[in-house]
Amino acid sequence: MTPRLRLAGLRSAIAGPFDLAVAPGECVAVTGPSGSGKSLLLRLIADLDPGKGEAYLDGMPRASVPAPAWRRRVAYAAAEPGWWDERVAAHFPDLAAAKALAGTLGLAPALLDGPVLRLSTGERQRLALVRTLLMDPAVLLLDEPTAALDAASVGLAETVIRERLAAGVAAVLVTHDTALAARLGQARFTMRERRLVPA
Amino acid sequence: MKPTISLSASDLAIAAVLILLDGALSVALGLGLHRQLAVAAARMVLQLLLIGVVLRSVFALASPPVTLLVILVMVGIAAREVAVRPEQRLRRYGNYMVGASAVAAATLLTSILALTTALRPSPWYDARYAIPLAGIVLGNVLNAASLALDALLGTVVRERAAIEAQLALGATIGAAMRRLVRAAIRRGLLPIVNQMSAAGVVTLPGIMTGQILAGLDPMEAVKYQILLMFLLAGGSGLGAVAAVLLAARRLTDARQRLRLDRLV
Repeated sequence: MTPRLRLAGLRSAIAGPFDLAVAPGECVAVTGPSGSGKSLLLRLIADLDPGKGEAYLDGMPRASVPAPAWRRRVAYAAAEPGWWDERVAAHFPDLAAAKALAGTLGLAPALLDGPVLRLSTGERQRLALVRTLLMDPAVLLLDEPTAALDAASVGLAETVIRERLAAGVAAVLVTHDTALAARLGQARFTMRERRLVPA
Repeated sequence: MKPTISLSASDLAIAAVLILLDGALSVALGLGLHRQLAVAAARMVLQLLLIGVVLRSVFALASPPVTLLVILVMVGIAAREVAVRPEQRLRRYGNYMVGASAVAAATLLTSILALTTALRPSPWYDARYAIPLAGIVLGNVLNAASLALDALLGTVVRERAAIEAQLALGATIGAAMRRLVRAAIRRGLLPIVNQMSAAGVVTLPGIMTGQILAGLDPMEAVKYQILLMFLLAGGSGLGAVAAVLLAARRLTDARQRLRLDRLV
């Protein structure tokens, strides 16, 4: 079967090369110390950092599609999400769908009518996950998606991610949480000196 | 035209007493400005005397290549000012390239338009008109372009997460940077907008004041000033837009990434 996401010698000046295949519905978990290059890997896959090598989505090479189209299908959710408007609602093209999905993550829908400034770190993190999931990507690149969440919220986020995996989405999950990595990751790697090592 | 009141060296010396007053204030109030003030005043006098001598001989020469050379030197100095103002620098002399292109294009376009349509000296490139006109346009273009470039380079670093969040959600780099680009251009245009709103009410513009002092009829001086304001507004707009768009282009690549690594 064609892997959903495949990396072939993908590397930047400071990280890689990375070779990896992620099947539809599979979650690859990457752990490792801070600064080992976990975020660099995700940024490289999302084509946010310049690099060499190739990445394939369902066998289609990344170079054959415009970068924005690639990023919509292979979606990166940063550990510290950015906000480009004071209003939370401005970040969601489909506000109704956003409120519904926010609810399943344990967020009050009213949060989406308020300002970004009023959000806690954990709320920001979950809302960033919401806006990424609403694009309906084929691959999720999740950078510490649960770092700022309490145990109950981690459980809800995990459930939502599992639903996506069950629907055939592939995921690369970067986390410090080894328990989460063990629960979600079918394949597990450790980032060591900016290379992937099987864990 | 009424005869001009000619200034003698002693007239200027009396006015220079005011600089000494500033210096005394600086010492008395501990502003620590007197040294800078003295250097700046001396520079101003020397630079202006020098340009007076240069202009006199360039006007006498009436040679188009010399006129062009003088204007290009002025453009070069202005481009450098635009380049060094921002805290951030684009790699490989990016600031200089951006500054030079923006300043040169905006100044030449605006000045040539004015010389060939409204002013029409003969020939249109007469140094007596071309050099002072390019100079005043240049000053405003320089101001607009440097403010705009500084605003863009400053905010793009601060707003990195916001820009990349949009890119990660599939936005084009143009869409992701639109807010910053607009804000930066607006920043560059603020001074000329203020200048136009205040003209004649809060301030009498320097050129107009100079012409009136030199004996020109106020209405004639006003018409000149209006023409100049339009030129300056046009030059500022072109300069700010060119500086911001050229800089923004250097901050991205063919894969629509935000390339902050190109800033040093």
